[in-house]
Amino acid sequence: MKIPLTYNLRNLVVRKTTTLMTAFSIGLTIAVLLAVMALVDGLRLALAASGDPQHVLVLRKGSESELVSNFTRQMFLDLRSNSLIARGTDGQPRVSLELVTVVNLERAGSSEGVNVTLRGLTPPGIEMREGLKLADGRWFDPGKREVVVGASIARRFPEVQLGRTIHLGRADWEVVGVMEAGRGVANSEIFADLNLLSADNNRSEVLSSALVEAADVNAVPLLIEELNNDRRLNVEALAEKEYYAAQTSSGAPIQYIGTMVAIIMAIGSSFAAMNTMYAAVARRAREIATLRVLGFQRGSVLASFLIEAVLLSLLGGVLGFLLVLPLNGVATGIGNFVTFSEIAFQFHIGPRTALIGLSLAATIGVLGGLLPALMASRKQILTALREI
Amino acid sequence: MVEGVPLYLSLIVKNAFRNRRRTILTVLSVGASLCLLGLLMAVYKAFYLAEAPPEQVLRLIVRNRVSLAVPMPVSYMNQIRQVPGVREVMISQWFNGVYKDSRDPNNFFARFAVEPEKLFIVRGEIQLPEDQKRAFLAERTACIVGRPLADRLGFKLGDRITLQGDIFPINLELTVRGVYEAPVNDEALYFHQKYLEEGLGGGRQGQVGTFVILAESPEAVPGIAAAVDELFRNSTAQTKTESEQAFSLSFLSFLGNVKAFLLSIFAAVTFTMLLVAANTMAMSVRERIKEVGVMKTLGFTPGEIQRVILGEALLISLAGGALGTVLAAVACYVIRMGPAVFQQIRNLSLSPEVAAATVGMAAVIGLLSSWFPALSASRVPVVESIRHTG
Repeated sequence: MKIPLTYNLRNLVVRKTTTLMTAFSIGLTIAVLLAVMALVDGLRLALAASGDPQHVLVLRKGSESELVSNFTRQMFLDLRSNSLIARGTDGQPRVSLELVTVVNLERAGSSEGVNVTLRGLTPPGIEMREGLKLADGRWFDPGKREVVVGASIARRFPEVQLGRTIHLGRADWEVVGVMEAGRGVANSEIFADLNLLSADNNRSEVLSSALVEAADVNAVPLLIEELNNDRRLNVEALAEKEYYAAQTSSGAPIQYIGTMVAIIMAIGSSFAAMNTMYAAVARRAREIATLRVLGFQRGSVLASFLIEAVLLSLLGGVLGFLLVLPLNGVATGIGNFVTFSEIAFQFHIGPRTALIGLSLAATIGVLGGLLPALMASRKQILTALREI
Repeated sequence: MVEGVPLYLSLIVKNAFRNRRRTILTVLSVGASLCLLGLLMAVYKAFYLAEAPPEQVLRLIVRNRVSLAVPMPVSYMNQIRQVPGVREVMISQWFNGVYKDSRDPNNFFARFAVEPEKLFIVRGEIQLPEDQKRAFLAERTACIVGRPLADRLGFKLGDRITLQGDIFPINLELTVRGVYEAPVNDEALYFHQKYLEEGLGGGRQGQVGTFVILAESPEAVPGIAAAVDELFRNSTAQTKTESEQAFSLSFLSFLGNVKAFLLSIFAAVTFTMLLVAANTMAMSVRERIKEVGVMKTLGFTPGEIQRVILGEALLISLAGGALGTVLAAVACYVIRMGPAVFQQIRNLSLSPEVAAATVGMAAVIGLLSSWFPALSASRVPVVESIRHTG
């Protein structure tokens, strides 16, 4: 026969100070874990939203990022002829030659400034990025020193606004537009004219990469294989989606440290929960004996106390979740080890994060509650009845 | 009424050991938290408060203001040498590359292309047997590796090391000609910058990632940094010059706001610990209300009762502090022995100051957590407390 759940709930309510204190100490543990997960999830989402499943990114063989890749105009010309590449309405292949560099923008409160990816490209490159919308202003005119900045750059840098000029490398450029890429990383990039930018950087012949659109999604793997196996081209092709997904590793150090901290804190919280449950068992010795006299089995007593411990820690889990909830959607940025620039994104607390937090809380409850519950179930009825 | 300190002490110890299980659990819980706090403080100290070792104070690093990944013209070197206070300037090129399999983090180590004849001047602390030094200088494809690195990956004199280029479109075939000892940066491989330069095509030649400057004196260092950056203020490649110590910290800031990250974890852990300790003390005082009444009838003053309870909390949390300090020292050792992603990790240790701060935190937690329970226990009227059924 099961002991009703209300018995446990009422017991938790009666000892509300102890319950709340224990729950809060568990809650803080959960909060640390959730905050770190929200950060990494936000980063993952931003990167997952970047790239187009139909796009293939082509780098020089051996390069792991656009920044270190040297991609010549000759390579680009050789590449265009591939029959698996989609063609636009004008019959031209949908390909975009691009130059990627990093610039250092000054930001109030940071003496180091912040590194931002600066991408040089031509109008076809913008046309190919279908998820990219203009939020304000217009696209840059080829041949003019004009730039379009990502929405999160416009938000984070007061100096980088529509109509203002910014100093990039050798010259001043006018900000003529703000682009919006949903959650995608283009929000943290600056777009400019390929030819002007490459001339400024003395890289007119040696650029960074090519973005290529496959005729359809199914042709992507084949296109990648053909490009990679072409010894004459000497390139490294990969799905654009994959390229961005791999950059999630930038969040790995923080994830690793945060998880370690949460585990050590969870160990501490389990001991605290154990303490609280032992005290509960000790105070209720007579009650337990009475329950046994009434006919409840040892197993029911064990289950009941275990459930009480889990309820207590789940309350902690909920408190931890509520503590972290205000972080949801808050903008932040971390250095991206692949692009050497800062990537902006928002903390994201999804159902999966909440579930993992509650699972950790429940685990703490089971770890902390098991021994006290065993003790409760093993109490001798007569001795327990005599205890005060 | 109460005779002297020994009685207090024995009361405190007896009380602490009355519910042995609870005391042990609290010590473990507080110990786990204090281990974290100790570790956080040690990390903070290693990164932000460590003094530069004497070998480092004379050195500055010049890089492109934008990023390490963006090079500068090699011609800067002659201009930098003219700056007053500069004793020597050396090209130091970070060659990222891949050794064997990049997926195994153990295969990662720093690889620098340098000017070999200047290396032993600029990095004077490098200890290398004379014959190995000559062999390294004489051969274009020679390299030297630090002792810990050689031990970790099993490099011996005469071994061949192949580095696949990623930033640079070139594969290097190096031969180990020396194993050096050095107090800092001892997990690096140094090879001839000329070898790299020769293998590169036109596009990348004449470009340098960093220059290392050796200053005449420590006093000259800030002046040099300002003078060098001023020199290239109006060039396409502006520079950022900073002390070697500040330079290595700049890698850390790339991870995000590390200071805020450490501080918020610190706050969460401290608060958790406070809750745990306060809860324990509240529970044990509540069980003992009756006893407090008896003590009062025996003539203990409220102040004495408070001191006994505070003392008990202090004893328990100090035990937790001792445990936490030991655990943190072990954790520091384990992390220090692992692969050094950041050079500063090599400085990670539980110094006496950090240990003292950890134990101090324990004391503060003990006193704070028992303040309220002690106060309320001492204020309960005698009659009520004797009637109390714990």
